[in-house]
Amino acid sequence: MAFITDYANPEKFERLARPLTPVLASLAAALAALGLYFALFNSPADYQQGESVRIMYVHVPAAWMALFCYTAMAAASAAGFIWKHPLADVAAKTTAPIGAVFTALALITGSLWGKPMWGTWWAWDARLTSVLILFFLYLGYIAIWEAIEDKTRAAKIAAIVAIVGFVNVPIIRFSVDWWNSLHQPASVIRADGPSIHSSMLTPLLLMGAAYMAAYAAMLLVSMRTELAARRLARLERLQSERVSGVRAE
Amino acid sequence: MTAFAAIVSRDVRLAFRAGGGSLQGALFFAIAALIFALAIGADIAILSRLAAPILWACALLSTLVSLERIFQADAEDGSLDVIVETADPLEVAFLAKAAAHWLTASLPLIVAAPVIGVLLNLPAERFAPLIVSLLVGTPALSLIGALGAALTLSLKRAGVLVTILVAPLYAPALIFGVAASGGPDAPMAASALLFLGAATMFSLIIATLAGAAAIRMNMN
Repeated sequence: MAFITDYANPEKFERLARPLTPVLASLAAALAALGLYFALFNSPADYQQGESVRIMYVHVPAAWMALFCYTAMAAASAAGFIWKHPLADVAAKTTAPIGAVFTALALITGSLWGKPMWGTWWAWDARLTSVLILFFLYLGYIAIWEAIEDKTRAAKIAAIVAIVGFVNVPIIRFSVDWWNSLHQPASVIRADGPSIHSSMLTPLLLMGAAYMAAYAAMLLVSMRTELAARRLARLERLQSERVSGVRAE
Repeated sequence: MTAFAAIVSRDVRLAFRAGGGSLQGALFFAIAALIFALAIGADIAILSRLAAPILWACALLSTLVSLERIFQADAEDGSLDVIVETADPLEVAFLAKAAAHWLTASLPLIVAAPVIGVLLNLPAERFAPLIVSLLVGTPALSLIGALGAALTLSLKRAGVLVTILVAPLYAPALIFGVAASGGPDAPMAASALLFLGAATMFSLIIATLAGAAAIRMNMN
């Protein structure tokens, strides 16, 4: 707990985050290089899906990160809401665009995989549909931050949006699964095998770790940017007050 | 309880008297159904099969366009300040606003639904399931919608933003609602109605707690 409260101070956070950013970024690059080597050269093609199974190594970790980032966003929002931790709001706000990009990546790579496998770019498959809804939840969260001018109020309102969305994600997922089992078109071939072989699991886990490190690096960069932007806005306001002699509201 | 009754009766009277515009909701509902019919075409067989899903989609859309007014007028003329000051707990006031929204926006279109159902050639045996599913499901739409309205009540023009925030959360109610009304092929209607009821109950808890918190955050 002391660790968490210590880093509520933006200066202390900056001292930790600045050296940590390149470390995490190089870790992400190294893991991705290793993972891609295994994924592209050192893993078998699937007996059913052929070479297109390799899309999985960029697709599945993106889908993991889509859910992970939403969870992180909701957890940070709850922390900001309950303990009024100043960095928690910043973390939640800056996680949203990163999570939205991971979600878009999962949708796009899923669609690229769907074309050779299902013969169509988009099927109203339960997973695709619920990830699409998750994408809209991200965009709604980003939109409310944009819409409210007063940033302290925006943080609180956005926190409610994130927590309500997080609570609803499993219910949406359940309802979409249920809906899909009613309307599942017969042409769709479910190609996922019973269990995954270790030769495929290794690159998958490596790529998962690479995505995670990339998220951490991007999060630190955007949190530092956000903190710097807020500091700049404060300094500019002080400056204009000194020049005009009027205290701005 | 008196606060609840007072807010509901005030909102209902305001909505049904001159300038309240409550019947506009039902009119929008009818026009949305007309748009679907024009877009899909005059084929009676297709329209009859899609009638229940169309009516549910129209109910959802007309709920979305009516959300903005739940808190906005009260926030502008200061009566929301009085409500926040006097209603204890604030959750009761939120629930009353959502209930008043349901009475003034959802109930008129449930009354109108059978008439539109006739126009869309809804099969005779589907009328009762459709009305029941709308009665069970539309409270969820009002509750989650009122939460969206509470989140955005400090904004000048929140209409589109409310839709973006709220529509993804409507997915369960829409899915179970359409299935409970018979859907295109009428399987599993009974379990769908139970899930729809569960979705409404869940919205009752989540929306009330989060909505009251949102009003508090927006009013200070």
